[in-house]
Amino acid sequence: MRTIEQYLPDHPFFRELDPQALTILSGCAQNVSFAPGEFLFREGQPADQFYVVRRGRVALQTHSPAAGTMVVDTADAGDVVGWSWLVPPYRWLFDARAAERTGAVSFDGRCLRDKCEQDPQLGYELMKMVTQVMFGRLTAARVRLLDLYGTTQAASPALSPLLAQARLTDARSTDAGATHAAPS
Amino acid sequence: MLRLAEHDVAAPGGAMVPRLFRLVERRQDTADTFTMMLEPADAVPLKFIPGQFTMLSAFGVGEVPISVSGAADVDGPLQHTVRDVGPVTHALSRTAVGDVVGIRGPYGTGWNVGDGADRDLVLVAGGIGLAPLRPAMLEVLHHRQRYGRVVLLYGTRSPEDVLYADELTRWEKLGVEVLVTVDYGTPSWSGRVGLVTSLIPRAGFHPRSTLALVCGPEIMMRVTATALIDRGVNPDDVRVSLERNMRCGVGLCGHCQYRELFVCLDGPVLAYARVSDLLGTREL
Repeated sequence: MRTIEQYLPDHPFFRELDPQALTILSGCAQNVSFAPGEFLFREGQPADQFYVVRRGRVALQTHSPAAGTMVVDTADAGDVVGWSWLVPPYRWLFDARAAERTGAVSFDGRCLRDKCEQDPQLGYELMKMVTQVMFGRLTAARVRLLDLYGTTQAASPALSPLLAQARLTDARSTDAGATHAAPS
Repeated sequence: MLRLAEHDVAAPGGAMVPRLFRLVERRQDTADTFTMMLEPADAVPLKFIPGQFTMLSAFGVGEVPISVSGAADVDGPLQHTVRDVGPVTHALSRTAVGDVVGIRGPYGTGWNVGDGADRDLVLVAGGIGLAPLRPAMLEVLHHRQRYGRVVLLYGTRSPEDVLYADELTRWEKLGVEVLVTVDYGTPSWSGRVGLVTSLIPRAGFHPRSTLALVCGPEIMMRVTATALIDRGVNPDDVRVSLERNMRCGVGLCGHCQYRELFVCLDGPVLAYARVSDLLGTREL
């Protein structure tokens, strides 16, 4: 098995980082593994780590009395899990559960924050990388919020009443969406 | 400019007269989606190419454009997978085996999947957009040796909404890389959750030698086409299937006019490079 320092340059998240920065980051990292169903972290707990997934799958989930437990996102090999370690008050907003046997590199968030404070250039590079991940997830979340594949019969948990009403009105008068697209 | 599909000018009875088809089998695919297997009352098979649609009538209620979802050039019933979203499709959903429906067509352009010979093929489906892509996939599998890697990326709403679930498994066994994601799931779902575009970086294909066929809601097709092009696929090699308000199906009524295009004639399948600026234009 390769060491963390050997592995990180191959991970998509770290590909742009120079070897010196990778060596610094490796000092805050350790290999971890999770059995299926095991939690990486729980909503509300202090966010002291972030993870880069090496293999397996992590499910980000939350719970509501009405909908029960809902998986809102998954992270596979090559993905990063968690950015709450970077943003005060450093608290997890979702549960992260291993959906299957999962191997990851865990980074100590406090250790990373300290190193970033000491080395603003490293901090800036890391911030750019995390922002890119956040941007991708935010964009995807916004598109999914439109509930593109939804129907009038069942509204998405995230679907706004306004959108639901618009869709209902449209679908009552047309059959748009019958073949491959939602009413438009 | 008036344009009329040539085959309809020549069709007996004219372009607007439906042929009668009898429902011989009905399959409930998901809670709101079903597949109709239809045999022509006159025993003359309906020839179509993958990607084309027909105007499907529920007599006394109306007619709707529905893409053909079965295999082309194969004996057997004509297949239409339909989502129950409005009055006509609801009436169709209540059709029983032995009942008769009307069909005009087929109309429009096809995927022309043969253009992907000797290259990789990436099919990206959103929701019920998998149905119009199914004939293309069946044609590819019928001539599997002609193509390089074949990838299906499929995003849908929830695990319960996954269409043709058994068939996806079979396609995988036939060498298709099948990646599925849903918008949200329950803990019992061990698959992916996320937008269909998240599958694009994971799929194994050579972008510069790829033909991509994309079908789904328009926003999904826009973000998918952009993501494919960002990965290196040539915009001319990305095809999308548009859905507009098709009524006559033969370029007469103008309901589906999209600036200079009549979607029922020039589409539904079009090169993304040809329509990318239209898709972003309001009030068209």
